[in-house]
This record gives sequence, C-alpha cells and structure tokens, in this order.
Amino acid sequence: MGEVKLFRTWSSPYALRIVWALKLKGIVYETIYEDLANKSSLLLEYNPVHKKVPVLLHNGTPICESLVILEYIDETWNTTARFLPEDPLARATARFWAKFNDDRVVTSIFRAYVTQGAEQEEAIGPALENLDIVEKQLIGKNFFSGESFGFLDLVFGWIAKYLGIFEETGGIKLIDEDRFPLILAWKDKFCDIPVIKESWPDQEKLITKFQLMREHFISTAAGSS
Amino acid sequence: MANEVKLYGATRSPFVCRAVIALNLKGIKYELVVEDLSNKSADLIKYNPVYKKVPVLVHNGNPISESLVILEYIDEVWNGVPILPQDAYEKAQARFWAKFMDDKCFPAVFKAVISHGEEQAVAEAQEALQFLENELKVKGSKFFGGDNINLVDITATFVAFWIGAVEEALGIELLPKDKFPKLTEWSDNYVNCQAVKDSLPPRENLVAIYKKRFGKA
Repeated sequence: MGEVKLFRTWSSPYALRIVWALKLKGIVYETIYEDLANKSSLLLEYNPVHKKVPVLLHNGTPICESLVILEYIDETWNTTARFLPEDPLARATARFWAKFNDDRVVTSIFRAYVTQGAEQEEAIGPALENLDIVEKQLIGKNFFSGESFGFLDLVFGWIAKYLGIFEETGGIKLIDEDRFPLILAWKDKFCDIPVIKESWPDQEKLITKFQLMREHFISTAAGSS
Repeated sequence: MANEVKLYGATRSPFVCRAVIALNLKGIKYELVVEDLSNKSADLIKYNPVYKKVPVLVHNGNPISESLVILEYIDEVWNGVPILPQDAYEKAQARFWAKFMDDKCFPAVFKAVISHGEEQAVAEAQEALQFLENELKVKGSKFFGGDNINLVDITATFVAFWIGAVEEALGIELLPKDKFPKLTEWSDNYVNCQAVKDSLPPRENLVAIYKKRFGKA
C-alpha cells in the first residue's frame, strides 16, 4: 500500500494517536523524530501552515492534523478493523466528541496544569466539568466507541497516561475515583490493549519533560504580569 | 419513512449559513427553526446540551451539532452534488483546510473585528488569510473544490460574505483586493453560485447588525 513515514516527537500525545492507528492496522512505517526546538526542513516543507507534528507521509504526500490523519488511515487501509462506524449518525457523533476533546477537554486540563495558586483553582472547575461530560460518554459502554475499541478511544487515549503525569507534576487531582469511576475502568481496559501498552513514551522522561514545561509556563506568566 | 429535517439557527450566523448552503446544494427540504440566542429554546438545549449553540441539524429526531460535522453528515446521508471529494487524500486536504479556517482564520478575523481593526490584529488575520490566498494560487482553480464548490468553499463562506459586511460596518479593511487578488476573485465567484445565493442573508441586515454590535459608540 505504499511507503509510510510518520514525523513525530517522542512525547506528543497527538502523534501517539497515529502510532496506535498505524500499529492497529498493521501498517509498516518509518518513524522520523523531530526536535521542535530545531525543526527539520522536511517538516517545514510538509507542514508549512502549522509546522507541527504529527505529519503522515504516504507515498511522499503529507497529511497533517491528527484527526484528519486518523480518518485518512481508516479510509485508505479499509480492509482491516475500521476505527469509525459505518452509520453516518454514529460517525457524526464520533466526530463531535473528537472535536470536544481537542477543543475543550485538552485546553481546559492544560490550563489547569500550567497554572498555580488562584489561577489554577479557577481553572480546575471547568476542567473537571469537561471530564464529567467525558465520564457520561462511557455510560453503558466498554469503550468510548461502544462495545469495542475504536476511533474515540484513539482520540481520548491520551487521558490514560497524560492525566496521571499532570497530576504527579502539577499538584492537582483530576481523576477522582468517586467522581470518575467509568473513566478509571476504561483506562484499565484501554491500557491492557497490547498496541497501547507497548507504545507509551518513557514515564520518567515524560515526568521530567512536563515538569520543565509547567515551570516554563509559570515563569513566563510571572514575568509578563 | 418520513425524512424530517430541521435546522436550528438563523442565516445571519456564518456557521448556520454553511449548513443552509449544504442543504440547498443537495436540494434537501428542511424547516428552519430560528433561535433567539439570548433566549434559547428548550429544544436547542435538549439537542445541543454541550454547547447550546447553533447550527444544530435534527434529522428524524436525531441531533447533529458543529457545522463541519453537519456538513460531513449531510454529504454522507444524501447523494447528489458532492460536498467532499471521493479520493481519501483529497478528502484529507479538504478537511485540513476546513479545520484551518475554523481554528486559525475565523478567530483571527474575529479578533480583528472586535478590536475595530487594530493594526496587530489585522496583520494576524491577514497572515492567516494569506495561506488561503496561496492555496488558491497553487490550485489555480475557480474554487477550493476545483471547478465546483466543496467543503472548503462552504466553510469559507464567512470570508466571501461576512468579511465584506464587517468591513463596511466598521470602516476597516481586512481583505484588500491588491493583497488578496485570488480570494477576492474567489469571493465574487462563490457568492454567485446558486446554492450560495439562495442561502445568504441580505447584506444590509448583516451590516446593520455589525454596526450595532461592533461599531464604535
């Protein structure tokens, strides 16, 4: 089915979605690691608009934006397990929740993570409210995609690892077991999937990286006030 | 089986207008349920509890929210004039540009508007719009979709019609012809497409609304 390359960083949760997708479909691919502080000329050529990862290169043509890439992979390698359902309404619902995750869940949690004191206290509320909405999505389901694993689990998958990192390094409690029992149950099932289990970035490296990132955001904010 | 289609919203919203254009493009009969966003109906809140926004498409009682999600849904359910390309790569490109429009262009343009054309805000809006200008240049076609309009053109309705209205209302310049010859030409072609013409709100209404909402006191 052609030559596949993935431009990624070792830590990006967005790139991780694509790693999972490629592995789940059994697609052979080459990884090109990017240092975002020193972007390669190839990355800038393939993603001139955003200059970001992930970028999927299929037979030399680039596809950017992780949700766009996921759908492209699903449609192009369409003989193996499909990520998105067939039914248009179910597809629309999945796309809605994917957008909700990327637009609201990620941004609100990140805001709570990179702040401290009063600003963090103010940011936690909306973050937890968005997680309440995520929790509700799991009612009566094994996975976000329903009975079995699918597109939405790839989208929400970052929660299974990165929230723990944020909790450990950000001094915040996000996934309380009384408030989010379904997310916790899903997390166990999700992390049990072999492709997921083998693909997580190194825990210690993630902790160090995000700790530094948080400190950077906090000191930048302090400097500009 | 009854095919009941309702669209919640009013066409003065560029997002609602996208859905109207898609419905008209496919020749789908629908009922427009106009919402007063300062006094949202119980139905709207029921159908879009997460955002409580328009547009919401309700098809046989099933709600679909978010304009780009609605456009893809309409294309998948109803045959006729295609909104997305068939080819997976072309489709990915269309989705990429539609997302860029909403994630970068619209917020930048909005910022320029609410700042009454503040220099930095306008520069950033034009920087975003420049990517669209370049894309048209590279494609060398009449529309983002080629000879016919597609998802990207429909998503860019606010560029073709709303920008002109705010420019007039606020006396600012966002999309000068000399800087954006391709986008200007594209806008003229786009608003003259039948489905688009049938869907756009009267321009003077928009100008009046924006004068009132964003104009200097």
